[in-house]
Amino acid sequence: MADPVSALNGASYQGFANVREIGPLGMISLRAKPDVAGLSNAVQAAVGLALPEQRRIVQNGARAVGWMSPDEYLIVLPYPEVAAALTAIGTALKGQHHLAVDVSDARAVFRVEGAKAAQVLQKLSPADLAKLEPGELRRTRAAQVAAAFWAEGDGYTLVCFRSVAGYVMGLLTHSAMPGSELA
Amino acid sequence: MSTRLSKGGRLIDRSTAQEFTFNGKRLQGFKGDTLAAALLANDQMLVGRSFKYHRPRGVVGSGVEEPNALVNLGSGGRFEPNQRATTTELFNGLEATSQNHWPSLEYDIGVVNNYAARFLPAGFYYKTFIQPRAAWKHFFEPIIRQSAGLGKAPKDRDADRYEQAYAYCDLLVVGGGIAGLQAALVAGRAGLRVILLEQAPHWGGRAPVDGDVIDGKPAQAFVEDAVALLATMPHVTLKLRATAAGVYDHGYVLADERVADHTPGDGRPKHRLWRIRAGKILTATGAIERPLSFAGNDIPGVMLAGALRDYVVNYAVSPGDRTVIVTNNDDAYRTAIALKEAGLEVPAIIDARASVTGDLPAKARALGIRIEAGRAVAKVKGGKRVTGVAMCLQAGEGAVLDEIACDAIAMSGGWSPVVHLFSHCGGKLIWDTTQAHFRPDATRPPLNHDGAALVYAAGIANGAMTAAAVLADADAQARVAVAALGGTAAEAPVPQAAPVAEAPMDAVWIMPQGATQALKSKMWLDYQNDVKVSDVQLAAREGYESVEHTKRYTTLGMATDQGKLSNINGLAVLAGSLNADIPQVGTTTFRPPYTPVTLGALAGESRGEIFQPLRRTPMHGWHEAKGAYLEPVGLWRRPYCFPRTGETHEQAVHREVLNTRSALGLLDASTLGKIIVKGPDAGKFLDMLYTGVMSTLPIGKCRYGLMCNEQGFLSDDGVVARIDEDTWLCHTTSGGADRIHAWMEDWLQCEWWDWQVYAANVTEQYAQVAVVGPNARKLLEKLGGMDVSKETLPFMAWADGTLGGFNARVYRISFSGELSYEIAVPASVGLAFWEMLHAAGAEFGAMPYGTEALHIMRAEKGFIMIGDETDGTIIPQDLNLGWAISKKKADYLGKRGQERTYLASPDRWKLAGFETLDGSVVPDGAYIPAPGVNGNTQRNTQGRVTSTYFSPTLKRGIAMGLIKGGLDRKGEVVEFTNLAGTGTIKARVVDPVFYDKDGERVNG
Amino acid sequence: MLILECPYCGVKAEETELSPGYEAHLKRFGPGSSDDDFEAYMFARKNPKGVHFERWRHSYGCGKWFLAARCTATLEVFGTYPAQSSEPPAELVAKIKAKRPDWKGFK
Repeated sequence: MADPVSALNGASYQGFANVREIGPLGMISLRAKPDVAGLSNAVQAAVGLALPEQRRIVQNGARAVGWMSPDEYLIVLPYPEVAAALTAIGTALKGQHHLAVDVSDARAVFRVEGAKAAQVLQKLSPADLAKLEPGELRRTRAAQVAAAFWAEGDGYTLVCFRSVAGYVMGLLTHSAMPGSELA
Repeated sequence: MSTRLSKGGRLIDRSTAQEFTFNGKRLQGFKGDTLAAALLANDQMLVGRSFKYHRPRGVVGSGVEEPNALVNLGSGGRFEPNQRATTTELFNGLEATSQNHWPSLEYDIGVVNNYAARFLPAGFYYKTFIQPRAAWKHFFEPIIRQSAGLGKAPKDRDADRYEQAYAYCDLLVVGGGIAGLQAALVAGRAGLRVILLEQAPHWGGRAPVDGDVIDGKPAQAFVEDAVALLATMPHVTLKLRATAAGVYDHGYVLADERVADHTPGDGRPKHRLWRIRAGKILTATGAIERPLSFAGNDIPGVMLAGALRDYVVNYAVSPGDRTVIVTNNDDAYRTAIALKEAGLEVPAIIDARASVTGDLPAKARALGIRIEAGRAVAKVKGGKRVTGVAMCLQAGEGAVLDEIACDAIAMSGGWSPVVHLFSHCGGKLIWDTTQAHFRPDATRPPLNHDGAALVYAAGIANGAMTAAAVLADADAQARVAVAALGGTAAEAPVPQAAPVAEAPMDAVWIMPQGATQALKSKMWLDYQNDVKVSDVQLAAREGYESVEHTKRYTTLGMATDQGKLSNINGLAVLAGSLNADIPQVGTTTFRPPYTPVTLGALAGESRGEIFQPLRRTPMHGWHEAKGAYLEPVGLWRRPYCFPRTGETHEQAVHREVLNTRSALGLLDASTLGKIIVKGPDAGKFLDMLYTGVMSTLPIGKCRYGLMCNEQGFLSDDGVVARIDEDTWLCHTTSGGADRIHAWMEDWLQCEWWDWQVYAANVTEQYAQVAVVGPNARKLLEKLGGMDVSKETLPFMAWADGTLGGFNARVYRISFSGELSYEIAVPASVGLAFWEMLHAAGAEFGAMPYGTEALHIMRAEKGFIMIGDETDGTIIPQDLNLGWAISKKKADYLGKRGQERTYLASPDRWKLAGFETLDGSVVPDGAYIPAPGVNGNTQRNTQGRVTSTYFSPTLKRGIAMGLIKGGLDRKGEVVEFTNLAGTGTIKARVVDPVFYDKDGERVNG
Repeated sequence: MLILECPYCGVKAEETELSPGYEAHLKRFGPGSSDDDFEAYMFARKNPKGVHFERWRHSYGCGKWFLAARCTATLEVFGTYPAQSSEPPAELVAKIKAKRPDWKGFK
């Protein structure tokens, strides 16, 4: 099979903050109630991480697990590991009501980096960024589309749907243009 | 004459000259000037014409209240009409032109309206244009259109960019005068997140102009110290040039920051719209001075006393050499004193009050100024410029006692607190009789989400009229707000302003009290819309008792200034005419925005490429590169067709249809909705969702399904595939995936929450390609990897495997009637897969086809399309889809709705096919008329077309439509209207399956 | 513009992150129900001036439906609670009664 290509093939923009599309990342959407037997084993088997608390994301290098809703988790992992992880999850949760699907290709992922990265998101999302806690995964909107982001390294990682990657890149570019710093 | 003084000017930098033009004339001002100040410094008193009578208009105010000095700014992509010269910061190269005049500002033809003013009374438009009806179209409207409007709409695309930003705070303080600064200090010291907004480009408001002394130092020193201190607080945000335009529910505030109005083209956004969410809001928005109503109060040179003082003190501009003061209060004496101290003449202060006491009049007297108590202006002399004033008794009818030569008049009718932001979200006002103004009623504030007060007013905005009272009130209100926010205000002394004893004002609304009708018809209330005292009185005589009705009848306060100067005066005149108290008559409603917000700021980033989210499939770039003509399908853009050089769209569509039917067509079907439904109760759930039975679908098979809403109306359709024991994949329409996924979640979360089902929208995980046509199987067999034979993969089956090395899920489904495979591959390799199909398919005649070919081919087969055959009022039975409805199921969504007698009526229109007798195409939207007319004298109808195309396959027009009786009328010839309504098109009712009735082609 | 706290994820979401779902606690009437019951389920809405119970979906967030009690006149929000509730929680009802003594109660 051909090599996987991310939505924008790694587009980037340098403004007062730097914006770049990353990926493709492996992503699994896991639906299960938190008290389902074997859930933490499943996540542990998939990416070696513990289940996150409400609205948190736990990370270890290229692997992460985010709390998306009371019965939904987003598992992030290297792209080639998705199939194995799905098998591991299926094994750990065998007989338990759950849903695990590969959504790697249904998403686009951006990094917004630099000292003023928060200002870029402040123009697009109604979230109160000053109150975003370390390790908090915030699901919200970026202008007119759904997005999720969390603080990571020198900025933020933002996830949106693949089909609107071009729109989101346009938003981030507009918002990061030199001369439009908020402070 | 109006000129620049040799000294002074607290806001200007005389070392930095700024060149600008007004009506093409090159003029010069200083950095720090407003455009109005610079115009006045150049003796340009005449700045525009009024709306109705085209009377000459001069600058009246010095800020947002200005009704007259509206100009066109800039040119080309930076042209903006209706900009207030009083709030426009001067910059080098500024171009301004005056508005609403022809042929020139000095000589305006429209001024004939002025001489006809007695024929243009209040309600003139309403009265005149009723009869004769024909006169409106041929006479009145053309004239009104010619003369209407202030500035001209911009013609070019806006050259600037705009943006929005979200901000959160505990306390939002609006207004950067001494009240706002003190309030921000209290909240800032308490450690709260504070945002302080000031609409002007400088801090301090009126106090520095008025010469207030705070804690023994000039007010300016207090302002500078406060700003410096606030700037050290990391949780306090200070913004100049930012106007809070509106207060909305739950502490939502829109504020317009004019980032680069004064530095055009420097690359910054022109405006930034702040979407602020505040825990509480404190309005320290000051007050706006009211004019006095006397004859000739609109002649250029008549200005608000406070504004005139601003020009002298802030910009060292003297609007006149000899300025007469007309007042009903002490504050205007500050203007007299400022003028005198600047070396200018004040020939008289005409004070309506019988007795004049207080510190300020005493000081004026000491400066040798003549004070005329109990006097009024009988009339102002002059045309395009004040030349003098005739004085009379306030208590009389206007007999002239004396005439005083002057070239400017400073008037003050008292001050009205700016209550707009307090009122936007429901705050109530009380009438303060002593100060003759409305002020916020703290006992009836606008409420927040918790039912507690949302907005507090402070300082002059709260009716505290002296500097000492302002500071005390601001401190107190801020402490109340801090406590309500759960904070603790630090102990700190309230700054003390030196007391100035002011005598009470007199509520004088017109001058003189017994003015004749002739005088009243020269007393302006609304300068921009030309509403006079006589107009409001006429409205009252004609029975307009409600202030809201009077406003609309007279247009009082409906100009671009929204009545900032005129409302209270107009209200008082109305109350007087009705012999009612002012609070009884009430105010008009204050609505956002406080000052106009440019549309660019409201649009923010949403223009051009990112006007709205455009959804792209993985093959989108390929389509664009191939010159596809795209059409919107929801937020997706799908290729309508792929025209070749020299081809029309119609020719391209026909080629695509014929090629697909004869060889091989490839369709990007990635937009098709794909929802995974999984769980022990998934089958039961899908049986409720679809009208048919999905629980019995064997693994590996597909079944067509219909979804209805609870009313029974068809909502979506698509093919469902059974993946494994407890997993199904539901295809939805292209635009429908998000809606149907939300619909599933709604039922799972809110009604059947104990059912064990999960749904996941995986639409974008896959690129999907329909490989369609007699050569479809040949192409897939060439690619190899899995068995796609008729036997292994029969119609309505699916299989996982590989094709040409790609992991693929292949569905044997067909929306065209041809042999067809819909193939899903991961989106990240979608483009590569698509390109491989084209390369490998070339030998089999592969061509891409678009949505129009898709539509034609499905219509040739009589397949319905959601949105064409359905419109939210159609049940499946109407479309002869009863076969897709389970008769055995006790329940499904929409079943009860479909049982309604109305929906079972034999009179309902049902689906049929139509073939025109002459082979032509029935126009889109055509109806089949029936005899007679309905209650609205419209022709009765018995059917309408829902899909109509030229079939390239059959070489004739085909149509689907709804007709009373449906297929019972097969063979009958009916008549469709043509679109012009001038004739009919004969068509025969036929079976809607026009092509391959036996369905043999689907097997190849 | 409203702010409602999502009871599932704890986000104080503003209205633009939510989708409205109209009146809460409607009882579904399916096949076999009377015309009156079906009409009430389908069309008859309370639309009160005052205390009202509504459905909202945290559509730009966790995706969960929840229910909210608010005053349609003042926009005061009394509380939010999970959609898996056949009637408002007792403590919320008590809170509303305390704030709105004239309120006739749920139903």
